Order: sequence, then structure tokens, then C-alpha cells
Amino acid sequence: MDDQSRLKRTPLYDFHLSLGARMVPFAGYDMPVQYPAGVLREHLHTRAAAGLFDVSHMGQVELVAASGNYEDAAKALETLCPVDILGLKDRRQRYGFFTDENGGILDDLMISRLDERLLVVVNAGCKDADIAHLRAKLPAGVQVLVHDDRALLALQGPKAEAVLATLNSDVASMKFMDVRELSLGDIPALVSRTGYSGEDGFEISVPADRATDLAKTLLDQPDCQPIGLGARDSLRLEAGLCLYGNDIGTTTSPVEASIEWGIQKVRRTGGAREGGFPGAQRILGELESGVSRRRVGLKPEGKAPVRPPARLFADAQGKTEIGHVSSGGFGPSAEGPIAMGYVPTEMAEPGTQVFAEVRSKFLALTVTALPFITPTYKR
Amino acid sequence: MLKFTPEHEWLKIEGDVATVGITTHAAGQLGDLVFVELPEEGATFKKDAGAATVESVKAASDVYCPLDGEVVEINQAIVDDPSLVNSDPEGAAWFFKLKLANPADADALLDEAAYKELIA
Repeated sequence: MDDQSRLKRTPLYDFHLSLGARMVPFAGYDMPVQYPAGVLREHLHTRAAAGLFDVSHMGQVELVAASGNYEDAAKALETLCPVDILGLKDRRQRYGFFTDENGGILDDLMISRLDERLLVVVNAGCKDADIAHLRAKLPAGVQVLVHDDRALLALQGPKAEAVLATLNSDVASMKFMDVRELSLGDIPALVSRTGYSGEDGFEISVPADRATDLAKTLLDQPDCQPIGLGARDSLRLEAGLCLYGNDIGTTTSPVEASIEWGIQKVRRTGGAREGGFPGAQRILGELESGVSRRRVGLKPEGKAPVRPPARLFADAQGKTEIGHVSSGGFGPSAEGPIAMGYVPTEMAEPGTQVFAEVRSKFLALTVTALPFITPTYKR
Repeated sequence: MLKFTPEHEWLKIEGDVATVGITTHAAGQLGDLVFVELPEEGATFKKDAGAATVESVKAASDVYCPLDGEVVEINQAIVDDPSLVNSDPEGAAWFFKLKLANPADADALLDEAAYKELIA
């Protein structure tokens, strides 16, 4: 069997082909990297109107305590994530990550509360390991249900609300990180006001056999266009958001990755539920005393994109290596090359100049505050 | 004389100078180009050496020197506006002019019919 035939398909696979998508292998799936419009136009369309993404390759997992109480499920998940899950209000979502014993990051995830249930969305490339991790580490009283029978669509952009409101006007009253069960036409959906593009928008979980119906209905609206993984990557890079495997992984801690904002006070030293997650000693220590390197935004001074894993240097001669680029490319809305990478903490101040090795040349970059665009979340 | 390489460069050969670019097929495969880096005038390259770099939103790719020769002119227009390579790859968006070391070597390259068969 060749690699192509081993790839998994999402419920929207045939629909992507019918739209003329160029398909590529991604995290074990055959996924659309772009449609005929191309990455640049797809990116700009999402920032100007509404883009529809198939993110069904991501894992959808439900956690339910045998007791039926949310608190039991939440407390169990808190043993794997340095996140305030117990304090999550009903029908609210929050960003988090699984950590390992060394304080590295096993995956990043979105956690939602729906009544007494916890719903977790994890990265495609990590989902088998995440599910095994949950089953091995959570107490027997917490059921881990994997929703392979569901698809996940993301609708992103300033017109996402108007597009989705044509199917159910209730979405207009949702705020950033709200979660609701809604009917979209006759399709039962779980809708969250979230996304990974830096734009206002929604992620919509629906039964797999209704995914194409929903996608067609949304794309019938002139403001809505299909968007591939190529633009998804440039959008999230402009938004300063981490890509698992590039910007974060088991060799980076949440504090090094500059995502310690995902660790609420209640889980930090002195908090009501301090520690109690894998790698707590290192991570709590880093929150108190700092780290030696940090993830930062990087703006190349020239026109050449600087891509991972380009090495970073303190000088233009390549004498003192200081770190590496973890994500990088061209930002269509930033109108130039942009990147993120790891530099020593003393060089993490915006305005600091560093140099990246690209094709044996040393290109100047300026450390820059993230994100590269202004997010338009509906707070 | 119009010639092609299996790496998707085209050459328009006039005397001992070849105008070199990338084919419509290659430009389509690369997608939207956002950056082009060209060699210096006066630089010499062996056949198949990386002579230029093109970058799309997603990835960087090399453009190879199709024959031995010296770069005698570059097309600054595509450096200033890389999207020209997508809109007119086999016309205005030529990359460089190459003074061929051995013009007869061009006979070994693909003609238009053979190239079309290759990408069919």
C-alpha cells in the first residue's frame, strides 16, 4: 500500500474534490491545502468576509464522570492540564494544554463545558496519543468517548456571524468562547464562538453525515468561500498562535512558549488548586523565576520569508547561535514576511535585532510583539 | 528556439544567449509567489546548479540553471512584483539571460512537444 492510500479522509473529502481542492497529506489525512482561488486570496477573503475550513481531522473527545457530576470530570482533567477546568462556567470554552512530567507540552487543546460534560478538541497529529493518555491517566470513573462520528467545520472572518445567523439567529448573541447546542436549519450542531485565525468566527461540530449539507448551505452564501490548510497556517501565524509540532512540543514548556496566560491563578503557586499536573514543579518554578528562552514574534527586515527551522544568531556573521525559527512565511495581511521563534529571554524585548541563516546568508529580523494583526474576537 | 527542462524551466535561445524562466505548469504548481531571489549579473553556473529561489506563501523552491553559462541580465520586474511569475510565466516574467558556454548542449533538452508529454 502506498502512502496515499493509507491516508484517512474526513466526511468532506468528496466535497473538497468537487470544489477543485488540491489535496495533500497532513497528520495522516488527505486534506485540502488550497482551492482554485489559491492561498493568498483565501487568506485575504477570510480577513475580509468569511472562510469555511474543514477541521474534521482534529479529535473530538467527550469526558463524562460516572457520578454524572461535572466537578468529578473537571478535577480528573485538571490532573493532566495546568488549567482551571473546575471553574469553567456552563457553555464556556477555554484554551489549554496537556503537559508531561518534564514540563513539556504533549498537545494543546480547546476545552468546553456543556452541562455536566466536558468536550475536548485536540490536534489531529496528537489525537491517538491524547486519547491513550486520557484513558491511561484518568480515573476509571471518567469515561472517554471519542466522537469519530462527528465532523468539525470552522467558519472564520468578519462576516462569519452574518453567514451563520442565516441558519440560526441565536448565534449573534454568542460571545467569544461561548458554546451552544443549536439547530442550523435541520442540522443539530454544537457551536462555539472560537477559531484559530485571529478573526471572529465559529467552530461547528455536526454529525459526520450532515457535514456536506452544512458546508454546501454555508458556501451558497456569496460572502463564504472554502479555505484550505495553506491559508489556515498563514492566518494562525499572523494571529501569533502556536502550531503544535513547530512552535510547541515536548521540548518546550508553556512558559517558554509564552502561553502561560493559559494557566489561571487558581493552578499557580498560592492558588486554591496549586499544581497537581504533570511537570508542575518545573512550570510553577518557571512562573516564579522566569525562563532562559521565550517564543517571540519576528519581523524579517527584508522581503525574504524566513521559514522553520532557520537558525537564529545574535550577529550578522553567524558566530553566536541563539535560537531558531519555529514558524515563518509570508503574511498576506501583514503584507510581508513574518515569523515566530525562540530567543534568549534577555533578547525577547520588542525591537531587538537578531539574524536568521537563510541559504547561507544572515538576514536581519526584529523581535516584535504578537500578534501581527489585530484580532477581532467578540469579547 | 524554445527548449524545456524536466525541472520545468523554459529557455528561449537566440544565438548563444538563452532567456530562462519557469513554465506555466511550474508556476501553477507553486501557487501564489511572494518572493523571488535572482542571481547576480556576471555569476556563472553549471547545469542543474541552483541559480534562483522562488517562494510561495507556503514553501521555497530552487530554480536550476538549465545549462552551463554566465548570467548576463536579470529581470528586476519579478523581484519587485513576484506575482508577475503567476500571471505571465512564459512571457514578461522571465528570470535571467544566460550566455551559454556550449550552445550545442541545448540540443539535449526537451522540445515543446516532449515537455507537454512530460506534464500530461
